[in-house]
Amino acid sequence: MERQAAYLRNALFDQGYLDEQFLQLEDLQDETNPHFVEEVVKLFYTDSVRLIQSIELTLKNTPRDFEKLDKIMHQFKGSSTSIGAKKVKKECTQFQEYCNVGNVEGCIREFQEVKQEHAALKRKLEHYFQLAREAR
Amino acid sequence: MNLGVNSMSVTTSSASWKSGDAVSDQFPAGLRVLVVDDDPTCLRILEKMLRNCRYEVTTCGRAEVALKLLRDNKDGFDVVISDVHMPDMDGFKLLERVGLEMDLPVIMMSADDSKSVVMKGVTHGACDYLIKPVRMEALKNIWQHVVRKKKNEWKEKDAEQSGSVEEGDRQQKPTDDVDYSSSANEGNWRNSRKRKEEEDDGDDKDDSSTLKKPRVVWSVELHQQFVTAVNQLGIDKAVPKKILELMNVPGLTRENVASHLQKYRLYLRRLSGQPQNGLGNSFLGPQDSGFGSISSLNGLDLQAYASSGQIPAQSLASIQAAALGRVTNKSGISVPIVDQHNIFSFDNPNMRFLDGQQHHSNGKQVNLLHGIPTNMDSKQLAALHQSGQPFGNTLMNVHSQSGQSNSLLTQMVQPQSRTQMLNEVGGNPVLNFPSSVGQPGLSQPIPGSVFSRFGMDNNVRPLTYKSLSQPTSVVEFSRSQGMELSGNSIPLTSNSGIPSYTSKGTTLQEEVNSEIKGSRGFLPNFDAFNELSQNRTDTWDLQNVGSTFETPQHSNVQSRLDVPPSVLVQPAFASDHRNGHLRTTSVNKAAFSTATSLGNGTNFGQQLTPSHADSSLRIKTERLPDMGFQNSLFPDQLGQDDLMSTLLKQQQDGLAPVENEFGFDEYQLDNLPV
Repeated sequence: MERQAAYLRNALFDQGYLDEQFLQLEDLQDETNPHFVEEVVKLFYTDSVRLIQSIELTLKNTPRDFEKLDKIMHQFKGSSTSIGAKKVKKECTQFQEYCNVGNVEGCIREFQEVKQEHAALKRKLEHYFQLAREAR
Repeated sequence: MNLGVNSMSVTTSSASWKSGDAVSDQFPAGLRVLVVDDDPTCLRILEKMLRNCRYEVTTCGRAEVALKLLRDNKDGFDVVISDVHMPDMDGFKLLERVGLEMDLPVIMMSADDSKSVVMKGVTHGACDYLIKPVRMEALKNIWQHVVRKKKNEWKEKDAEQSGSVEEGDRQQKPTDDVDYSSSANEGNWRNSRKRKEEEDDGDDKDDSSTLKKPRVVWSVELHQQFVTAVNQLGIDKAVPKKILELMNVPGLTRENVASHLQKYRLYLRRLSGQPQNGLGNSFLGPQDSGFGSISSLNGLDLQAYASSGQIPAQSLASIQAAALGRVTNKSGISVPIVDQHNIFSFDNPNMRFLDGQQHHSNGKQVNLLHGIPTNMDSKQLAALHQSGQPFGNTLMNVHSQSGQSNSLLTQMVQPQSRTQMLNEVGGNPVLNFPSSVGQPGLSQPIPGSVFSRFGMDNNVRPLTYKSLSQPTSVVEFSRSQGMELSGNSIPLTSNSGIPSYTSKGTTLQEEVNSEIKGSRGFLPNFDAFNELSQNRTDTWDLQNVGSTFETPQHSNVQSRLDVPPSVLVQPAFASDHRNGHLRTTSVNKAAFSTATSLGNGTNFGQQLTPSHADSSLRIKTERLPDMGFQNSLFPDQLGQDDLMSTLLKQQQDGLAPVENEFGFDEYQLDNLPV
C-alpha cells in the first residue's frame, strides 16, 4: 500500500500533473495537521466548482466578456497553482491567451481542456489519498 | 511541548510587543498577522504556513471584513497580507485604507507578477509584494517589515518630541535616533519599541504628550482640520509645519502631520491620475476609475452625509477637503473625490465604517454605475443630454438611495450661490458636474440612468436633468455616488425617499432637477456638496477644483429650484466647515432645510430614509441617518409643489421603465414631460 501510494505520487510528478508547490503542501503537513494536503485539495475542488460554473455561464453570454472571463480564470488559475496543479495551470494560461486576443472558439475549446485536466487530476489525487490513507 | 511553548511564547510575545517590556526572545514568533484573500485554498495554505512560522494568524475572505477587524482591534495586528485581486474590494484600496487609517505594514500578494501591478503596489505604499504561489521562505521574513516600520515611527516620534525647532532639532534627532538604533542593534526592535513606549508614555516636553501611542489616530475631525489647512495653504504650498500651525491641535506633532501629508499626497496623486482616465470618458467610460473615485467620493459623501447627522460639519469639511484637494490636483473630480473620500473615511470610526461601507457602496455604486454608465454612456448620455430630465430622474432615484443624493440635491439647489464650478459646468442646474466630472454630457445621462436603477427616478430625475445641461456632472453623480446622492436629494423633493422617487413623478423631476442640481453637488461626493457649501463661504477653492460637482449643481439648482441658495446652503453652515466633510454635511443639511422649505415636506425625507435603508446599495446605516436628515430638509426645499408634482408625473411616466434598470431608464426619461 505504501509503496503503491508512493509510486502513484511519484508518477504524478513525473507525468507533470503536480509541481513543487505540491511539495510545499506536503511540507506543511505535520502531526498537528496530518491530513493537511488532502484537506487543501478538497477545499480546492469544492471552491473551483463555482469558478468553473461562472466561466461556463460567462462563455454562454454574447457578446463574450473576455475581460470577465480572464478575471475569473485568473482566480481559478491562482487557486490551481497553489496546490501545484501543473497541467491545469498550463491550460488556464492558454485560455487566458485566447481571451486576450478575443478568440471565442479558442476559449471554448481551451476551456474544455481545462475542465478535463481539472477532472483528471482530481481522480488521480483521490486515488492517491485513498492509498495513502490505507497505508497508514 | 513545542506547541505549548509556541503558544506561550506567542502570547508572551504579543504581550511584550504591546507593553513594550522586554520583548520576548521568541520574536518574531507571535507576530500578529491578518491575511486577506478571497481564495479559500490559498487562504488555508497561507494560514498553515504562517502558523508554522509561529505567527498568530487571523484569516479573512473579504476585504471589508478585514477592515472591520482592523478597526475594531486597533493595535490588534502587526502586519497585513492581502491579495491584489479580490471581488469585493481592490487589494490596493484596502492597502490604502490600512495605510492611512491604521498605518500598518501591508504586504501584497498576487499570481500576477507583471511590472505594472508590482509598481502599483509600490506606489500605493505596500511594503512588500509576494508572487503566488507563496513559499514558506517568503513568509518567514515578513517580520522585518514590522520592525522597520516601528523603527521609523519611533524615530519620528523621537524627532518630534525632542525637537521643538523642527530644523535644528531634526538634525540632531536623526543622529540621536541613529545612535539609539545602532546601539540597540541587538535588541533593536525591542529598544525602539521601548523607547517609543517611554516617550509616548511619559514625554511631556512636547505637545505630543497627549499622544500616548506612536500612531496618531486620524479621526474625521482631525483629518478634516488637516484637509482644511492643506486647502488653505494650497496643496502645493502645504508644508507640515504650516499645516500643524493651522490645525492647532495640541499634542499633534509635525511628524504626524508630515507622514499623514505624505499619504494624503499619494492619495491625491492617485486620484488625479485616475480621473483623467475616467472622467475623460464621461464618467461612465472610465467607470472603473471614475466610478471608483466617484463612488468613493460618494461613499465619502454618503458617509459624510451619514455622519452628517453625527458629524455633519466634519464630513462636509472632509469631503470638501477632499474635493478641494482633488480639485487642485486635477480636474478629475470624480476621482479625487473618491480618494478624498477614503482619506476622510477613516477619520471617523463611523466614517471608517462608512468607508468600508463606502467601499461597498462604492463598489456597489460603481457597479451600479457601471451598469448604468455603460448603458448610459452611449445612449443615455445622448438621451440625457437631450432629455436631461429623464436622467435626472434616474439619478435622482439612484441618489435617493445613497441618501447623499438628497444632500446633493440640496446642494444643487444651493449651489447656485456658490460654486463657480457649477457655472463652469455649464450652468446646468442639474449636474454641474460636467465640468468637474469631466463629462458634462454624461452627467445628465447618468443621473437619469441612475435613477432608473434605483427606481427613485421619479423625483430625481426629471428636474435635475432638465436643468442640467451638464450631463457629465449628473452622470457622474449618479454614477458613482452621486447617483445616490442625487437620489437622496431628489427623494427629498419627491418625498419618495430613496428609491421611491418614482412616486413623485413629474414633480419630482422638477424637484429632482433642482435636487439634482443640488445633489449634483453632492454627487461629486461631498465635493459637490462641499462646493455648495463652500461656494457660499468661498472657503473652498472648489471652484478651482475640478470637482466641479458642486458648481454644476449650484447653477443648476438655482435655476431649478427657487430655493434661495442661502437657504440651501446655509452659508453659516458651510463656512464653519471649510473642510468639506463637515461642510458637506452641513450643506446637506442646509440643503435639506431648503428643500423642506420647498414644501415637500417631511414625507420626502421620511421616504428617503427608509429608502436609504433599503437601498443598502451603498448607504450605510450610518449614512442613512444623515440621509433622513437630508431628506427631510430637502422636501422643504423642493417644496415647490408644482415642481414636485411635475416631477412625480414625469417620474411616473418615465419611472416605470426606468425603475427596473439603468439602461432603459434613460430613454424613458425622455418621455418625461420635464
